[in-house]
Amino acid sequence: MKVAIITFPGSNCDYDLYKCVQLVGGAPEFRWHRDSLLGKVDVVMLPGGFSYGDYLRAGAIASMSPIMDAVKTFADHGGPVLGICNGFQMLCEANLLPGALLRNNSLLFSSKEVILSVENNSTVFTELYKPERKLRMPIAHAEGNYYADEETLEHLEGEGRVMFRYIDSQGKPTNGSNPNGSANNIAGIINTRGNVMGMMPHPERAVENILGSVDGLDLFKSLLNHISASKKV
Amino acid sequence: MSRLRLEIRVVPRPGLLDPEGKAIQSGLQSLNYSDIHDVRVGKLLLIELDADSPQDAIAHATSMCQRLLANPVTEDFQIRLLENSGDDSE
Repeated sequence: MKVAIITFPGSNCDYDLYKCVQLVGGAPEFRWHRDSLLGKVDVVMLPGGFSYGDYLRAGAIASMSPIMDAVKTFADHGGPVLGICNGFQMLCEANLLPGALLRNNSLLFSSKEVILSVENNSTVFTELYKPERKLRMPIAHAEGNYYADEETLEHLEGEGRVMFRYIDSQGKPTNGSNPNGSANNIAGIINTRGNVMGMMPHPERAVENILGSVDGLDLFKSLLNHISASKKV
Repeated sequence: MSRLRLEIRVVPRPGLLDPEGKAIQSGLQSLNYSDIHDVRVGKLLLIELDADSPQDAIAHATSMCQRLLANPVTEDFQIRLLENSGDDSE
């Protein structure tokens, strides 16, 4: 599995992703935001961070980068694209995913561990997760408050495109377990075609015991399985 | 071509929760400005550009707002010509 990890000025999770892809046996390669070509890769990942200092809106200026045309073309051809945190914000700004990420309703930067439900485990990103599994992984953001109009939310919910939800230890999506005010406790979504996913929590920071959780590992293994299987055909 | 100055206001859509506005409102209320009903926080951009006419400048700025300066999901924008023609426009 060849993975292009795009580095923007201000990205700070690009090396975490690199290490994580290596950990599951994939071959990561960095691409710079000014590059116009992705080259031959199987997956594209947009890392977390503070591209362009979050000026204007988080992810807005990065979504206009030269490389993003290549990312859009890659997605249009069905290639898997994963955006984490700032990467999720970029995918929304680039119209590859619906909705927007607003300032946390607390107004605070929130850096802590959350619990997530897996709402859809029949995608290339989540096929190794059992539906009842509760995932622990960190969040670290100030603009993670997922917003979309009612109609968009109905589509997301009705089509199984909500991927992860913030839940409490009992498995309930309560207000108390919602760290940022996201609509319907949404922590991650996928596009209609099922190849572009964005999420605010950081699976790449939950891949080794020393990090406190390994619950993010199966996301990357799911992708690897999918790519390996599609290459055998 | 002439150099024109535009003021662009980008504000959160009506009805959209604006936590920053709410925080400022509560700050003002703690200073005893108790008659405040609502505070909304947006952005003000001052743009200088060369254009053939004020209409041309506003058309350019509208395109900039639609493509980058405002997020159509959450924000509205208003464009106003600041000088040279006196032809204010929204």
